[in-house]
Amino acid sequence: MDIELMINSFPKLLNATLITLKLLSVSLILGLFIGLGFAILRLNNNKLINKFAYGYSYIFRGTPLLVQIFIIYFGLGQIEYLRTTFLWVVLKEPYWCAIIAFSLNTGAYTSEILRSAFQTIKPGYLEAGRSLGIPSKIIFTKIQIPIAIKQSLPAYGNEIILMLKGTSLASTVTLMDLTGVAKYIISTTFKPVEVFMVAGGIYLFMTFIIHNVIKYLEKKYGFQT
Amino acid sequence: MELLYFGDKGWGDELFFATLMTIAVSITAMIIGFIFAALFTPLKLSHNKILNSIGNAYTTVIRGVPELLVIYLFFFGGSGAIMFVASIFGYNDYIEINAFLTGSFSIGIISGAYSTEVFRGALQSIDKGQFEAAKVLGFNKYIYFFKIILPQMLRLAIPNLSNVWQITLKDTSLISVTGLVEIMRQSYIAAGSTRDPLFFYSFAAVLYLMLTFLSMQLLNRLETKYSKGY
Repeated sequence: MDIELMINSFPKLLNATLITLKLLSVSLILGLFIGLGFAILRLNNNKLINKFAYGYSYIFRGTPLLVQIFIIYFGLGQIEYLRTTFLWVVLKEPYWCAIIAFSLNTGAYTSEILRSAFQTIKPGYLEAGRSLGIPSKIIFTKIQIPIAIKQSLPAYGNEIILMLKGTSLASTVTLMDLTGVAKYIISTTFKPVEVFMVAGGIYLFMTFIIHNVIKYLEKKYGFQT
Repeated sequence: MELLYFGDKGWGDELFFATLMTIAVSITAMIIGFIFAALFTPLKLSHNKILNSIGNAYTTVIRGVPELLVIYLFFFGGSGAIMFVASIFGYNDYIEINAFLTGSFSIGIISGAYSTEVFRGALQSIDKGQFEAAKVLGFNKYIYFFKIILPQMLRLAIPNLSNVWQITLKDTSLISVTGLVEIMRQSYIAAGSTRDPLFFYSFAAVLYLMLTFLSMQLLNRLETKYSKGY
């Protein structure tokens, strides 16, 4: 056991954790909007729109995240036309490619979580709202959304943790996130166990915090429905 | 489409064998995962505090740490650990472990943590009376477990196990970093030599979609078969 290496690598890994957290937070925020959008599309009565939203979530949930990152980072650059548009400014950066892939991926999972949350709302609440003459926009924002948030919190907490682990794939497109730096240290020192313990410890600490925050929120919003 | 021709002209046969490799790794990993689950589920349910915390540590650590990090641990540390064990028995030559074994083992450990949780949940939701009745009727341990508890556990576990299968199947793409030629690695090689990454990675996505779709069809059948009432 090489304690010295563990102590020396800790600040480097902690520094890389910042990139991991940045990737995680940006893609979660974007993913939440994408997820909400597609969840609303899924609840649409139009079959075509419904199928489209279902197809989106099926494709992104049925393929590995690694394939998605590779298609966006290596694949899209191949299209000549894209290189001439302003999109290329974004797509040539591995950081933004990773964020696009992560947001689309978590968006697909989030849309499923939110859809099932919306669908489990008892029709009685909506009927009560309607019979009280509340406009449907307000029913949506003041009744459906708060209940859906409460219903989806446990599943969404799991999704945040899955996404935290997902950000480790950013290291495959040359980003030096926590896993990327850990791999670099392992391949230069050949001390996998020590580095794994430090990097894994940091990841576990983050999962622990996320888990407890979600638990706290569940308690706070745990009103009876 | 020429890119997918079989033989020397295209990558069809290579991708076909790579798909078989992905299936083989997933199944091996799933089986290794079941072995781990069989070891750790009793620990998680144990009333002994030490055994219980060993079981909890396994599932918490593996499910809280990125898969890629676990793979790097076994990829870089695997042969070192085996050589260390071998040196105790007086064997000091360099041992290199096969990429297939390292890959299936690391994915297996990950899949095992999920399976453990599934089995624990299933066992806990079996009605207590079933255990008591089996004991009271004086069945021996074999019948107690294999004829009474296991069938009830399976019907509760199978829907969740098919989720674990999906996760395992998708995780195998990560072994490509160790150089094992499965779908992802083969697409990487093909994309590099033809300079057509968009086509090959999209094709890889289609292959994975096909695998998840087909396996879901099979698993759904299994699910209806086992969810029949008694």
